Amino acid sequence: MTGRVVIVGAGHGGFQLAASLRQHGFDGAVVLIGNEPHLPYQRPPLSKDYLDGKIGLDLLLMRPETFFAEHRIELVSGHPVAEIDRAAKSVILSTKARIDYDHLVLATGARNRVPPLPGIELDGVCYLRSLAETEVLKERLAAAEHCVVVGAGFIGLEFAAIARGKGKPVHIVELTERVMGRVVCPETSAYFGEAHRKSGVEFSFGVRVARIGGEGGRVTHVALDDGRSLPADLVLISIGVVPNEELAAVAGLKVENGIAIDENLLTADPAISAIGDCASFPSRHSLKNPVRLEAVQNAADHARCVADRILGKPAPYAALPWFWSEQGAQRLQIVGLTGGFQEVVLRGSPESGEYSAFCYAGDRLLGIESINRPADHAFARRLMAAGRSVTQAQAADLSFDLRADAMARPAG
Amino acid sequence: MPRVTYVSYDGKSTTLDVPLGTSVMQAAVLHGIDGIVAECGGSCMCATCHVYVRDDQLKLTPEMELGEDAMLDGTASPRRPNSRLSCQLVMTPQMDGLVVDMPETQT
Repeated sequence: MTGRVVIVGAGHGGFQLAASLRQHGFDGAVVLIGNEPHLPYQRPPLSKDYLDGKIGLDLLLMRPETFFAEHRIELVSGHPVAEIDRAAKSVILSTKARIDYDHLVLATGARNRVPPLPGIELDGVCYLRSLAETEVLKERLAAAEHCVVVGAGFIGLEFAAIARGKGKPVHIVELTERVMGRVVCPETSAYFGEAHRKSGVEFSFGVRVARIGGEGGRVTHVALDDGRSLPADLVLISIGVVPNEELAAVAGLKVENGIAIDENLLTADPAISAIGDCASFPSRHSLKNPVRLEAVQNAADHARCVADRILGKPAPYAALPWFWSEQGAQRLQIVGLTGGFQEVVLRGSPESGEYSAFCYAGDRLLGIESINRPADHAFARRLMAAGRSVTQAQAADLSFDLRADAMARPAG
Repeated sequence: MPRVTYVSYDGKSTTLDVPLGTSVMQAAVLHGIDGIVAECGGSCMCATCHVYVRDDQLKLTPEMELGEDAMLDGTASPRRPNSRLSCQLVMTPQMDGLVVDMPETQT
């Protein structure tokens, strides 16, 4: 197939789409537009090895610069797309330059949710999503004496683990009553909360930040709505993200917590797809739809699905979601979408430091959280990708051979 | 500097200098070698940097840890006795001359 595919967003999804199109023989033009100045890079290490100083920028890049020329991927870096002209089938950059498309893929990702707090503009208030933000955070962390983290999600906890590893005091303020409450079951929240407490992290749950205080333009403390004041020279805001859907909305495409797409990842305009963190789609793995997932796996598998369609092999998106997090010595791997679960069955015990939580709604296995049990995760992926399940009794029974059961099926 | 040869599924061979302490996966990604996806970036979480090590060279590679052994059960191409995740193959002097064959697919 020929024609020009224009991809807006050069994160995991956008990059993977460009790479997959070439890998499978797409012969037309591929234009990859990113609004950051760097070559496409991987985000997960930002909150892990990169922040920790264990890897440099070279290992963060998706591919070296030569890859893009060799694969005829035209990179447009540092220029955001200002507008989509659907009638003319072109995108207009902030520079007013027009780029025509035969097919447009929106891989615009998400951006930090910024709370409307007094003091949010103070120097020392940091974020952890982009490379540029991570560079600032890394520098501030080196000099920090008191870190306050707002939000106990993956990012806040991964940061806390690295900061504690450097001996920095960390206090996490969380509005709800538990860590990672949006994503994991209460048992897993309890396990991770305790693991972080043991490594010296302080928590305040069920409390709001009232304002961020400072002197001379620099942050000095975080005031909570229960009257306490926490000293701080570094404040990480990690309360989640919002999808970058405005470009689509202004172009008249439907948005509903993300750019609305169908099971083929198409918007209502047959010339426009959306993938990754910015896209709201029906998932066969979810109890409630549509879903919007913030995950490398989802972005990359969305990209592969759209590449196949452009290459004439359309198939509904069916990939099984999986996620991971590394927090100090703790490894969390999740498969499936556990939202709406009613029962949790533990395989192994949290006290032993390794277990898996099987989350069910009635008889339906929704997903499995594996903590320091990678074997369970590998088997769980095979099992669920094959559309199979295990009963609650089998899940809890360590003598039931999950591996033998899963290995009898093809990999997923 | 030790060298590693990557052989693609269709037989194309590429040899790279790989610094000590760098993984076989990292070197492949740094040089844009097709056939290694490394979706998780080297955390032993995704099993998309699967390679087959030549049988007579297996003894030169670092011992397999539990996490890698587990994740190898989730590879997209068949696991064989000489399967490894290349993110876990961190270069040592004795690995000079290593040859890895890439599987048909990583995803």
